[in-house]
Amino acid sequence: MTSISQSADTAYVPIWRVRLNLLLRGMKTNWAMFAENPIGLIGLGLIIFFGLFALAQPILIDTVWKPSVYDPVSGYDIEIAYHPSPPSARHLLGTDPLGRDILSQLMYSTRFEFALGLISAIVTVLIATTIGAVSAYYGGIIDTLLMRFVDLIIMVPFLPILIVLSALMAIGMIQLALVIGILSGFGGTAIVIKSQALTIKVKPYIEAARIAGGGDRHIIFKHMVPNLMPISLLYMMFVVTGAIFSEAVLSFFGLTEIDMSWGLMINTTQVFGYLLRFDTWYLLIPASLAITLLCAAFYLVGRALDEVVNPRLRQR
Amino acid sequence: MPMQQDIILNVENLKMYFPIYRGVFKRQVGDVKAVDDVSLYVRHGETLGLVGESGCGKTTSGRAIIRLYKPTAGKVVFKGKPVNTLHGDELRHLHQKMQMIFQDPYASLNPRQSVFRIISEPLAVHQLVPRNKRKERVAELMQLVGLNPSLMTRYPHEFSGGQRQRIGIARALALNPELIICDEPISALDVSIQAQVVNLLEELQKKLKLTYIFIAHDLSMVRHISDRVAIMYLGKIVEMGEREEVFNNPYHPYTQALLSAVPIPDPEIEENRKRILLKGDLPSPANPPKGCNFNTRCPIAEDICFQEDPPYLEITPGHFCACHFVKPENPHSANIMNRQKEKENSVQAGKPVN
Repeated sequence: MTSISQSADTAYVPIWRVRLNLLLRGMKTNWAMFAENPIGLIGLGLIIFFGLFALAQPILIDTVWKPSVYDPVSGYDIEIAYHPSPPSARHLLGTDPLGRDILSQLMYSTRFEFALGLISAIVTVLIATTIGAVSAYYGGIIDTLLMRFVDLIIMVPFLPILIVLSALMAIGMIQLALVIGILSGFGGTAIVIKSQALTIKVKPYIEAARIAGGGDRHIIFKHMVPNLMPISLLYMMFVVTGAIFSEAVLSFFGLTEIDMSWGLMINTTQVFGYLLRFDTWYLLIPASLAITLLCAAFYLVGRALDEVVNPRLRQR
Repeated sequence: MPMQQDIILNVENLKMYFPIYRGVFKRQVGDVKAVDDVSLYVRHGETLGLVGESGCGKTTSGRAIIRLYKPTAGKVVFKGKPVNTLHGDELRHLHQKMQMIFQDPYASLNPRQSVFRIISEPLAVHQLVPRNKRKERVAELMQLVGLNPSLMTRYPHEFSGGQRQRIGIARALALNPELIICDEPISALDVSIQAQVVNLLEELQKKLKLTYIFIAHDLSMVRHISDRVAIMYLGKIVEMGEREEVFNNPYHPYTQALLSAVPIPDPEIEENRKRILLKGDLPSPANPPKGCNFNTRCPIAEDICFQEDPPYLEITPGHFCACHFVKPENPHSANIMNRQKEKENSVQAGKPVN
């Protein structure tokens, strides 16, 4: 046997390089499939645009913009007599009724929207994948209990609960992300993931894993969950959309303890009575458009990923 | 039966029923008797071929023996220890010594794991080989089954069917098992690849002193690889014995019919060969016929076959059969050809036949 292991030794590469290569190779083929679809590219372009948009704000504050004028929360421009003021060279998107620069607010909020969307999506998908895989694997009474619990979550009116919660406690960005992640749509996602898990559960490689000696936890987390990851990722994209939207609604009602967000910008417009006026469009349009575009971007990426993940939708 | 210490696996009256539920309240209305009273034994280092048509329960038997299913009844004794009631850690220890090779090499490998992870999975789960030695062990196993160890970083979809089956074999060998249940390991492969894989299995058997239960429906392949053969029909073993004994000297009418279907690569014999054609289909295992399971298709069935289950007897030493007409004193009384000739003769002689 020595000769065998010697000749094999020469073929070895370190395991981390193997993993890296596998990852890169997988990403390359997936990217090729993804890039075929213009919808996905548009979505990805929008997400990258918003990412740069969010990154640019602190840099601008440090270099060009004077914090006393351009700070998104406490800035005030004394050189302009009346606020809100329409777009000008000094304020590209105008100022809000409190004299703050709208472009700066818009850019400042973006990073929180990203964080909120991603955190709540990760929470949702973690719960949904675990529930889906566990309930598909065990079946029987565990399946019944988990699925009835999921039905309960689907039935619960999510926004009213958030409103009540916000009355009871101060909801900051992180709490909001967690609450949205736990309460909003993991029900539907869990059901979809469970149906996928049911088809994986009966694959011969699951039996092979059991004969290899794998326990329940090993099979669920080493075999079923990795094979569920693509569909989980897909649903994560759709959940991001919902989370951003919920945040906008809640901030519009003025129910969150967030210092600045797109929903809050619309709220300010409404509080000062500019909501239904055409001449102050610059107060309303930027924030609404940003919400719409970012939600659309994640949705489009989700749709394009769907084609990568779901072989039946592939055109070839 | 051979010496007790010779036997690695002894199966007694194994039953595997799957319940059928119907109606609003999911009442149990019956059972699919996939495996019904199977008894067999396997000796150290031999290959037992398990043959039968589709749906006769050969795969289910294999799965019940290796405990992928919990048998409804019966006793499975592996190396002197009953294993049909094991669970938890004891079951995992059983799987160190008893492994399985799967039918479909495409579905039995997790598409998201590299070959290294697939082959090293049993090592990792049982923690028999320390982490830093696993790569060497996997390379050794890959060499053993004729794969290049530098391919261990690849994914299963990059391999051909035969190579994938070799990966499956390497995984089964990882824990140094003594008994391997081969569940139709070649039926999903090209004919040219089948021979390679069968030769590999034979080579490994010699090198590693393995014992196989070889489940298949390809009679010529079973004849090639097996030392002993068991023929199954509708959840029961109808005949079991040494390979040459069963192939040259079949007792049971079903075995005779099955063997008459094998083409012989000699045109002269082939021309004179008489095929025994069976009427009808395999009955449903949810509703097996009363009496002998084979009575719906048996050309020589008589009244007793429709009333009583035939006993499973050792007719000549090591040769078992379950037929009312096969008795130790006259083992060939169920020969279909002879019976037909007798019938013709008696018709010519004007005597009525019952």
